[in-house]
Amino acid sequence: MSKSSFVGLLKSLWQLFSKPARIATGALLGMGFIGGILFWGGFNWGMEATNTEEFCSGCHAPIVIEIQPTIHYTNRSGVRAICSDCHVPHAWTDKIVRKVQASKELVMHLLGTIDTPEKFEARRKHLAEREWHRLKENDSLECRNCHDFEFMDFTEQGVRAVNMHSTSLASGEKTCIDCHKGIAHSLPDMSGVEGWQ
Amino acid sequence: MKTLVSSVIASLILVTTWVTANPVANEEYVNNGGLESLRGSSELSDTKQAELIKKPIQNDQVIDRNYVHQPPLIPHDIRGYQVDIKSNKCLSCHGWKFASQVGATKVSPTHFETADGLTLSDVAPRRYFCLQCHVPQADAPPLIANDFSAVEALSASGLSN
Repeated sequence: MSKSSFVGLLKSLWQLFSKPARIATGALLGMGFIGGILFWGGFNWGMEATNTEEFCSGCHAPIVIEIQPTIHYTNRSGVRAICSDCHVPHAWTDKIVRKVQASKELVMHLLGTIDTPEKFEARRKHLAEREWHRLKENDSLECRNCHDFEFMDFTEQGVRAVNMHSTSLASGEKTCIDCHKGIAHSLPDMSGVEGWQ
Repeated sequence: MKTLVSSVIASLILVTTWVTANPVANEEYVNNGGLESLRGSSELSDTKQAELIKKPIQNDQVIDRNYVHQPPLIPHDIRGYQVDIKSNKCLSCHGWKFASQVGATKVSPTHFETADGLTLSDVAPRRYFCLQCHVPQADAPPLIANDFSAVEALSASGLSN
């Protein structure tokens, strides 16, 4: 190859890359835009799909039965909480963190850690303590998504509830989960748990 | 044609004998033999309308006892309160550890005694299941009218009902 033809090749390449076809910029932007929408929508759709009752009960069927007689499943006004309302944070970043942590649960599912009622019962306390700890750490965030202290009307509450809510809860000394354990599931062996005898 | 007619007649006879042989299946009324129960008189063939579920009394006011040694009644809602081998929700307020702090009635010391008269350091197993004796109340009229009245010593402010 002669020197001049080599320079000519370089020149033509330079021109090719320095001046892309006019349509290319638009196509690239357009594809990126549509791809972005599809990815973002698909990602959130996938995450929501793992938040449905059907998805949860695929593995946790025995616990799903436990919630049915409780007030979070059936009540006078028909407002319901499903699994993810209490067990998955609502804010986006917290939700992602929880979903990544849930990958451990996938491993446990494949290992069959709680795949029989007996195995589950043996592990119930450990699992319950994890959730109590999580809710204690985030000041019962998932409870407060619906039960906002600011809007509690003490005149509508029972005497016992007012006594507790106007003192310990109001001062921030206690949080919801400190007293309201086992409101949606059967309790594990409560020996040694604070507030239980 | 002959066979058709005879087979129709035969099947008719069969059906009528079956129907008469099963008088119960065919009758709408079954006599109860004059039996009266607390719920009134009803025929066996009737399905009575169930009573509406009553709302529990939940005003936290102590309910008067009607006789000596009557287990005190529960004046609050207990929906979802778990009492089993793993946990006892009642004792979270009525146990001695928590009662004064919560302002609840303490479990009677008699509940710490075994059948042999030994006093244990916690509620005795035979007294553990609160709801065997202590029950919530509904604001409902008695099933049948009665004129029972509490002994005078137990009736608050002289009213006996």
